[in-house]
Amino acid sequence: MNPDEQLFQYLLRLGDSPLILAQRLGEWVGHGPVLEEDIAQTNVGLDLLGQARLWLSYAGEVEARFAAAGRDEDQLAFLRDSGEFRNLLLVEQPNGSFADTMSRQFLFDAWHLLLLRALAGSNDARIAGIAAKGAKEATYHAERSGDWVIRLGDGTSESHLRMQRAIDDLWMYTGEMFVPDAAELALAEAGIAADVRALAAPWRQHVRTVLTEATLEVPGDAFMQKGGKQGVHTEHLGHLLAEMQFLERAYPGARW
Amino acid sequence: MAATETPAMAATDEALAEAQSRPSIAELWLVLGTVPDPEIPVVSVVELGILRSVEWDVAEPSTLIVVVTPTYSGCPATELIASSIREALAAAGVARVRLETQLFPAWTTDWIAAEARRKLREFGIAPPGGVRTLSATTAIDVAGISPLRSSGVAVACPRCRSLRTRLLSQFGSTACKAQYRCLDCLEPFDYFKPH
Repeated sequence: MNPDEQLFQYLLRLGDSPLILAQRLGEWVGHGPVLEEDIAQTNVGLDLLGQARLWLSYAGEVEARFAAAGRDEDQLAFLRDSGEFRNLLLVEQPNGSFADTMSRQFLFDAWHLLLLRALAGSNDARIAGIAAKGAKEATYHAERSGDWVIRLGDGTSESHLRMQRAIDDLWMYTGEMFVPDAAELALAEAGIAADVRALAAPWRQHVRTVLTEATLEVPGDAFMQKGGKQGVHTEHLGHLLAEMQFLERAYPGARW
Repeated sequence: MAATETPAMAATDEALAEAQSRPSIAELWLVLGTVPDPEIPVVSVVELGILRSVEWDVAEPSTLIVVVTPTYSGCPATELIASSIREALAAAGVARVRLETQLFPAWTTDWIAAEARRKLREFGIAPPGGVRTLSATTAIDVAGISPLRSSGVAVACPRCRSLRTRLLSQFGSTACKAQYRCLDCLEPFDYFKPH
């Protein structure tokens, strides 16, 4: 893989996770437990969608450097199949209950914030600019999801039970967040990408602090799933894409 | 016999004439100062601080370059703001506008003009930057659920100025605002989050 191809793949990873999570959060529209949270949920989704657009637009421009034509953000979002998506397995997991959604959000936000902060120092000015902007937004996301984990974990016996179950169920999808591949390491070496291995310790510390305050147990490290970054997804992604991509595939080039 | 002008020369003369009759940059800032933010119409896009520069293109003197920075990556008002800017400039006689988006340095609420902060408060939105305090949100929660933690910042109610307010949700009617409730006058209100 030449450096542009590596960069393209990396930008897909950066863009696909917020894109897929934004789609999941969009499923909450009109279903939030209270109006305030319904609005908050979709506002977080909107931030993530905005970030995904910036990453994928850049990915398409980089693609044009080595391919016959670069795809635009819409083509990348609506015309790739599940095997071509590079998002984390965590973000494609179904919404479940509010406890499941907030647990997924909390585990992701903590990682996302650390990643964006690290990328704000990238040698690639475009990456640094998108990341610095995104980090400001992710700070509020992390604050909100952390608050809810504490509120529900240290809440009623029912909410505590549901939070613990949600954290336990999602834990196996957190491992791949800190596992780089050769291309990612090469870009990190060049000061373009972030070395995700360095994010593991601060992430664990933050997660442990919040879960402890929430009276929840930190799951033990057992088997960790991986494959999202390589395009090997859980069965949930295909169903999500069926809904997300339906309009574009049924009515190609449709515009408002 | 008079020399006939080549089309290229005519175009250059036209551009020159256009450049001479074009409005000044100061006038254009005033024009842009009339473009409201779609979500908070009491504040202009200039007061919001999202217009970073306005200048005539050096290579193409009849083209105006307007540099805009988004408040949030996913702000849905971005496209509407762009078309409002084009319309206002067209009405002022500037037909050719090139809008450029600049992400870095990222927009910050520090760029909101002082005058706009007053307007926000009068509109019912608490402007960014609350007062640091320790026990701002330790109110009794009737639902028996622990209150949301906040960053120890008390936000003054834009209606009664009380500092006894509490955070309801980190996200309000738009991503850039949080929802609060005043514990004295009991009114809910939006808080423009520091960013």
